[in-house]
Amino acid sequence: MMKMKTLIAAAVASTMVAGSAMADLVIPDLSYRTGPFAAGGVPVSDGYQDYFNMLNARDGGIGGVPIRIIECETGYNTEKGVECYESTKGEGALIYQPLSTGITYQLIPKVTADNIPLHTMGYGRTSAANGEVFNWVFNYPANYWDAASVAVNYLLDENGGSLEGKTIALVYHNSAYGKEPIRTLEALSEMHGYELSLLAVDHPGQEQKSQWLQIRRERPDYVLMWGWGVMNQVAVQEAANINFPMENFIGNWWAGSEHDVIPAGAAANGYKSLGMTRSADYPVFAEIKSLVHDAGNAAGDGSNVGTVLYTRGVYAAMLAAEAIAKAQEIHGVADVTPAMVRDGMEALDITDARMAELGMPNIGPAFSVSCENHGGPGLGLVQQWDAAAGKWNPLTDFIAPDDSVTDPLIAEDSAAYAAENNIEAGCL
Amino acid sequence: MLYREAGDFKTTYVDDSQTFPIKFDRVGFWVIMVVAWLVIPFVINDYWASSLMVPFLIYAIAAIGLNILTGYCGQVSLGTGGFMAVGAYACYKLMTSFPDVSILIHIVLAGGITAAVGAAFGLPSLRIKGFYLAVATLAAQFFLVWLFNKVSWFYNYSASGQINAPERLVAGVAVTGPNTPAWAQYLICLLFVTLCALVARNLTRGSTGRKWMAIRDMDIAAEIIGVNPLRAKLTAFAVSSFFVGVSGALFFAVYLGAVEVGEAFGIQKSFLVLFMIIIGGLGSIFGSFAGAAFLVIMPVALKWIGVDLLGWPTDLVAHFQLVIVGALIMFFLIKEPHGLAAIWRHIKEKLRLWPFPY
Repeated sequence: MMKMKTLIAAAVASTMVAGSAMADLVIPDLSYRTGPFAAGGVPVSDGYQDYFNMLNARDGGIGGVPIRIIECETGYNTEKGVECYESTKGEGALIYQPLSTGITYQLIPKVTADNIPLHTMGYGRTSAANGEVFNWVFNYPANYWDAASVAVNYLLDENGGSLEGKTIALVYHNSAYGKEPIRTLEALSEMHGYELSLLAVDHPGQEQKSQWLQIRRERPDYVLMWGWGVMNQVAVQEAANINFPMENFIGNWWAGSEHDVIPAGAAANGYKSLGMTRSADYPVFAEIKSLVHDAGNAAGDGSNVGTVLYTRGVYAAMLAAEAIAKAQEIHGVADVTPAMVRDGMEALDITDARMAELGMPNIGPAFSVSCENHGGPGLGLVQQWDAAAGKWNPLTDFIAPDDSVTDPLIAEDSAAYAAENNIEAGCL
Repeated sequence: MLYREAGDFKTTYVDDSQTFPIKFDRVGFWVIMVVAWLVIPFVINDYWASSLMVPFLIYAIAAIGLNILTGYCGQVSLGTGGFMAVGAYACYKLMTSFPDVSILIHIVLAGGITAAVGAAFGLPSLRIKGFYLAVATLAAQFFLVWLFNKVSWFYNYSASGQINAPERLVAGVAVTGPNTPAWAQYLICLLFVTLCALVARNLTRGSTGRKWMAIRDMDIAAEIIGVNPLRAKLTAFAVSSFFVGVSGALFFAVYLGAVEVGEAFGIQKSFLVLFMIIIGGLGSIFGSFAGAAFLVIMPVALKWIGVDLLGWPTDLVAHFQLVIVGALIMFFLIKEPHGLAAIWRHIKEKLRLWPFPY
């Protein structure tokens, strides 16, 4: 009890000191550098922080106001995620990107009550794309249902427009994250006539022998995977063990980074995955290296620059920075509030010219956000792993999802959420 | 001098069998009650509620539940996480099926449903003991998590398999959902903790608790002196599961608001609660609180010291946390195998004699 009282006193003192700090843009980074998902969490967090640090070093922040990053370790654990959210929101946090679907589900009602925008880029709750129900949640430029549709569209393209009589197996992380695409894949299977078999892998995913034995027995034409962290490496290795043709094994965009395939060595050659961002050696990386890494401010050990997930972290940071800049422009103040950032996100317009100007040409699709559509265009590309060269090669340009399938599902799911929580749909 | 029986005369049987026979304990109990009920609700904020107090109170209920089973009745259980999941999902189904009924009733009913499930899984305890029983309850843990993942009726067929607590009011104030004020969140947990702790304390002092302890100490001898092992063990499983179910319901509805069964109620939750009662002290209600406080507050305090005070990288602090908490667990097990409650007991014995130790 005694210890707690001193702690309370100390915490009160520390918040008072923090409260009187200079005007700055507070960006919490709910990262995970420990636990079974650290392999994915580290590069994303490095990229996210490095980009903001680069803006601080180059431009003195955004619109002249310095950025203050508060990193908080969640370990991909929802309880710690809530603790991180509660401990950082009082500091004036402008935008949250938790990089975890589980934590996203915790935060959606909380940010809505606290009026802080939440950006879940390519993860989280898919139906948050309906901005009229989820005013404070954004999942542009693409979501899981888009990913499922993009994968099927790619397979349709490969098979001359018909998947009749084919079988597709979905290997998924048995959690909210992994279950998300099932509904879309089921709807698409009715439409295109393929047979879908579902194989759940329990958290964290080291144990997949029985799932891959089943794949070996059933010999599906294609395997799709919704995996993350250690699960991806194990799956690629298991697929290699049963000699599953790698070119018929497609991961989603969280199952397609270097660390997922390198452990399996040459056996992983030909493995495909979706991509939300294009991998290339962007000029922005050189800037980060000279302004941040050489100055000794790298978020991690600096070894992840240019990997798929590092690129995605930089991309996420760029979208946040652009939204903040937009908010400053709309409201005419430099020291923006979370509500203003939300307006900036809703008015976000990312063009090819702007991406080139920022030193990352063609990193993602050009898109704009509106109140009705918080989900963006949902484009994704397919990339393939070249084990000999040790790099991911884009196979296609950005592929469009089938909106006629995903849109009704989004409308249905968001309407159910609105009814459950007494939300009246509308723009803010 | 302060802490002693002498001079505290009991003139009636009721006095003699009261919960806290020593005056100092009684005063201390009421002071804690006044602080908990009348002071903390006015000063608590979101951070203190959802990072420390609410998880502490909820884990305290779970620890009391497991302590009844393991500490008092001697039946080792690794199914706590699974039983918490039963409480959470029962609460969710009740909340969404009967939205007009008070959440307080739902939480109690969720406890009741968990008690029935727990008693069913307690049946093997009549035949098997010790490690073998631990493995049987481990099966319950995995089965229940699998069940809530597999059967979509439990999560109302939602696309993600998540359950979300809708907003529910008690006396016009939200206690679940995002608009819950910190003090309401805290008070509803405190209400259940207080009731559970009082019930548990009195159950364990009475004939039921004595039967449990007789079974724990030597079941054959207990049977010979007339304790019915079937009833004793099954009541222990039912009562324990009731508490664990209540804590699971609060954990889902009040604390997290959205839950995914594998992540929130996995095997690590069973171990966490087991560590709480081992560190706190087996067979002690105070120990349940001490263990819960230790394992809830310690990581947050370490994080606060490491990240906020010393400015270390977050991953380093997270790794250190594991090392330090692990080392402390070993330290306590070696230095005081009977847990924090035993330390408190020693202090009390010393206090009784102080300042004249002979």
